[in-house]
Amino acid sequence: MSLFDDYLLLLLAVVTAMGAVFVHDLIGGVLILAVYSFFLALLWAGLGAVDVAFTEAVVGAGLSTVFFLVALFLTSHHEVVRNHMQVRLVTLVSVGMLGFLLLYGSVDLPVVGDPKSPANAHLSPIYLKQSLEDTNTPNVVTAVLADYRGFDTLGETTVIFTAGLACWMLLRRRDDSAT
Amino acid sequence: MIRPHDSVIVHTLARAFTPIIQLFALYVLIHGHDSPGGGFQAGTLFAASIILFVLAFGVPNSHAVVERRAIIWGGIGILIYAGIGLIPLLLGHEFLNYAELPIPGMDAAARRHWGILGIEIGVTLAVAATAVSIFYSLRGRGEGQEN
Repeated sequence: MSLFDDYLLLLLAVVTAMGAVFVHDLIGGVLILAVYSFFLALLWAGLGAVDVAFTEAVVGAGLSTVFFLVALFLTSHHEVVRNHMQVRLVTLVSVGMLGFLLLYGSVDLPVVGDPKSPANAHLSPIYLKQSLEDTNTPNVVTAVLADYRGFDTLGETTVIFTAGLACWMLLRRRDDSAT
Repeated sequence: MIRPHDSVIVHTLARAFTPIIQLFALYVLIHGHDSPGGGFQAGTLFAASIILFVLAFGVPNSHAVVERRAIIWGGIGILIYAGIGLIPLLLGHEFLNYAELPIPGMDAAARRHWGILGIEIGVTLAVAATAVSIFYSLRGRGEGQEN
């Protein structure tokens, strides 16, 4: 994928993200957010992170959209805009400062694919070299997630399960608790 | 409350797509070693197929029953993961060290390969059950408020 495509996808992602914020109909906003996730997934795929792209497409564009839509059935479809000048000013300043900090921090990030960057210099070459030999697994991402970093993935899975448990306890109806 | 959809088009499409999505989820799970994907994506896809089916045809049982079952399946998924990790620990090696799993007739790399598949199955169950359970929690809440 050429650099032009990357910038085009980035531009589309930014435009759809802004669209999701500015649309007043919440169902429309949720659907635009799904489109944003698809553009982001294409961007990840273009950068070579295919597993991340797959997750983004499945979770960001698919499942979370369904959750948002189902949640919208419990409330109104239209956004109520509060026009307090003070709140807007505080938001503008704080978000602007956060944006500036993120841009300032990104200056020090290594170039994409730089072989001398810390992420590529220490552990990654070992994983890339050893994973097929060690685990019979050509997909290095799977080997890292499930084997080398298996304990982390166990923790993540437990977190997801705990989130589901919390939703169940918060949202279940009163008369269910008796049965 | 989830009522069955009354459109023939929705029914036909849901009936056609549910098995295809489930087959794809199984493919993603089993080919996680060779291609993008793995337990997490497979679980999400499997949950999507169940959600599609429920949206089209309604709920087979009462909400509370399905929710509790989903939670139990999620727990089973976590137990599969932790159980596979515990086997080497009980045999005197490190937690989650698949190379020491007691599978006869395999070298260490093959044992790690199968260990990865085992925990991916656990992840799939946990993620799918959690997604379905969150969906039910949100949808069951509207019961009695609509109409």
